[in-house]
Amino acid sequence: MNFGFTEEQNLLKDQVQRFMKEACPLSHVRDLSNSDSTFDQALWQQAAELGWLGLTIPENFGGLGLKWIDLIVVLEAAAEGLCPLPIASQALASTAILTCASEAQKASWLPAVASGEAIVTLGLYDEANWIDPAAVTASASTHGEGFILRGKKPFVNDALAADYLLLAVQGPQGLALAALGKDQVTVTAQPTIDSTKPMASVDIDGVEIGADDLLPMSDEQLAYLTDCGGVATTAEMVGAGAAILALTNSYAKERIQFGKPIGQYQGVKHRLADMFVDLESYRSLCYFAAWTVDDSPQELAKAVSMAKGYASDAFAQIGIDGVGLHGAIGFTADYDAQLYLKRSKWARPMYGDSDYHMDRIATLGGL
Amino acid sequence: MDFDYTPDEQSFRQEVRSFIAENLPPKEKRDKSFLGTWLEKVRAKGWVGFAWPKEFGGSDGGLIEQAILKEEMSLAKAPPLGTSMMGLAWVGPGIMEYGTEEQKKKFIPDILDSKVTWCTGYSEPNHGSDLAAIQCKAELQGDHYLVNGQKIWTTGAPWSQWIILLTRTDFNVTSKHDGITCFLVPMDAPGVEVRPIQNMAGDKHFAEIFFTDVQVPVENRLGAEGEGWKVTVSALANERSSIGEVTQLQAKLDDLKTLVKNSKRQGKPASEDPKVRRTVAKFEIKISAMKYNGLRYLTKQIKGEPLTSETSVNKLHRASLEIEMDDFAIELSGQAGLQLRGGEEAVDNGTWSKGALNWPNVVIGGGTPNIQRNIIAERILGQPKD
Ligand SMILES: Cc1cc2nc3c(=O)[nH]c(=O)nc-3n(C[C@H](O)[C@H](O)[C@H](O)COP(=O)(O)OP(=O)(O)OC[C@H]3O[C@@H](n4cnc5c(N)ncnc54)[C@H](O)[C@@H]3O)c2cc1C
Repeated sequence: MNFGFTEEQNLLKDQVQRFMKEACPLSHVRDLSNSDSTFDQALWQQAAELGWLGLTIPENFGGLGLKWIDLIVVLEAAAEGLCPLPIASQALASTAILTCASEAQKASWLPAVASGEAIVTLGLYDEANWIDPAAVTASASTHGEGFILRGKKPFVNDALAADYLLLAVQGPQGLALAALGKDQVTVTAQPTIDSTKPMASVDIDGVEIGADDLLPMSDEQLAYLTDCGGVATTAEMVGAGAAILALTNSYAKERIQFGKPIGQYQGVKHRLADMFVDLESYRSLCYFAAWTVDDSPQELAKAVSMAKGYASDAFAQIGIDGVGLHGAIGFTADYDAQLYLKRSKWARPMYGDSDYHMDRIATLGGL
Repeated sequence: MDFDYTPDEQSFRQEVRSFIAENLPPKEKRDKSFLGTWLEKVRAKGWVGFAWPKEFGGSDGGLIEQAILKEEMSLAKAPPLGTSMMGLAWVGPGIMEYGTEEQKKKFIPDILDSKVTWCTGYSEPNHGSDLAAIQCKAELQGDHYLVNGQKIWTTGAPWSQWIILLTRTDFNVTSKHDGITCFLVPMDAPGVEVRPIQNMAGDKHFAEIFFTDVQVPVENRLGAEGEGWKVTVSALANERSSIGEVTQLQAKLDDLKTLVKNSKRQGKPASEDPKVRRTVAKFEIKISAMKYNGLRYLTKQIKGEPLTSETSVNKLHRASLEIEMDDFAIELSGQAGLQLRGGEEAVDNGTWSKGALNWPNVVIGGGTPNIQRNIIAERILGQPKD
């Protein structure tokens, strides 16, 4: 029994934190999110060279053959600085390929994913706030040798930056992932509150694809990919939550009112303590969930629901209190607290909000 | 990161399980002589004071093994490993660290053998959370100290033979943490008067104690004069792992789920009510958070990293669970939920209604939630003291 990170994982964390400080500080994140393309090719290249894009891809496909517990080290540390690179999308799409693609497809696609040469993303559900196979409404029907697609996938993460997209559809034989290149589809930005997490709709209506480009996906595989998405999102919530707590905590030590640092008032310090309690708790649950992905998959569903179910509401509150405890300065666009609050709004419904996850815990727990 | 146990740890768990299978009869078959036999057997196994050094009669048990032992015992709803609870929790460790050779010889074996029950005389009427400000007075007079003052909320005082007593030997100090001295005092010493206090659940577990010209021999002082605060703090630091609590809470959650399955709300099964489902899931998440927080902190301890005050995180979770779970059970059961044990319609023999009155044991007894939040904000987050 050992619930701690290894030496290597700690070094990886340091590496990512250094990268964020030196190459991708918040000022740069802001610049990117104000520009037309939030994607920074040079930064992506650096992340690729550091090996972060192929962490969970097996070595025979050009990756490092590590586990999700290693991946979340990167996701957490990158999210401390709200890294806008599509690292989570790349990881989820490669997990989808590993889960649903044929051996030949893995061999032909994954090396380019691991090296960062190809940017890939995954789009699952079409209905808002509904995690269920029936919430996939886009479709593929037989057409000549291949298939013709119908529908429009809303709010696909990082779709504008992606070279390839894996999009869930209802196929003739049940659920499937349509593998598409960016030139085959029409991608339209769908800006949300959080500009560090660019989303876009992907119009696939009338697009024809070859027989091999529709990867069959079982209900269980869809659930698995959704759960992996939940782990990735929660890991980012750990990093971002820790960052806004740190920001607020140091502000509370410096800001003087009524002759004392505001952190001396219990209305402030107890709120900080509660933020810490919540962060610690969803952090522990997140680490456990990430461990189950590779080492105890039968526990994954419940573990993710615990982690994301806790984090969804807790991080939202941490975002609000992080801004609120700053007073008016926290409300300003120039101050960084607001960026984290926006991330908390973005993260809350991703791969299931707390209602979804808590209901699933009740079901899995026998109710 | 690895949640699997090593072969040694697994075989230790197996050993505990087989021991329990052989030696723990079901509740209804446990007769009067059972507890005595049980205590002797766990003592012979070396499981009382399991983590204590061998030289004091412990087993030098590792942190993980200790957690396994606690977990299995609490899963099996076994009686405690020794009835001298406070003796095992902090009096014993305090004596091992600060006691004289005579004190070690005199007190440690009786704690391990469940022969002597200890109580803890810290709180006073005017000094609870602000413990270091205590005023109970001890004056050196030749070969003994003369103690005068009052303690209160002393759990187990009505049936304990000994008390670990915190007094003030010096009133002219700049820091209130100085001038405090700790003593080991027999409860039958002349001048000690115990008056039990009834709590809202109807029990008389704690008491107030009056000390009038009580003579305490110098050899009963624990640690040096004026060092009592240090003795107290390091002794309390022995209360760490929350593994046992987690298994207890999990068992309680299972009972709660059974109650949900047997309950209705507005004529429909309660298990279909979204609010009920969400509430139960929230309890389950909190208990799991306690479990994995606990394991992370345990790992830190094993690696020799200092724990600051992380256990306060789990204490806060536990406090809210203690209050909310029983309350929720009562709410589910309507008026019948309000009946205490013995009531015609009492639900689960009044466990929940009693629990709804008993939460202060945990929520106030070990330091209140406000104090836990102060600890986190000040010691972990580095905010200035109040
Ligand atoms: C069931 C039970 C068993 C106990 N057993 C023992 C025992 O065996 N031995 C023993 O010595 N004591 C024992 N105690 C006493 C216990 O340690 C104290 O009750 C506890 O420390 C709180 O002290 P108090 O009751 O004097 O409350 P106070 O300290 O007067 O607190 C009253 C309220 O004020 C709040 N408060 C106090 N200070 C602050 C602050 N700085 N900031 C914010 N809020 C604050 C508290 O949170 C609380 O809500 C027991 C108590 C209970 C309930």
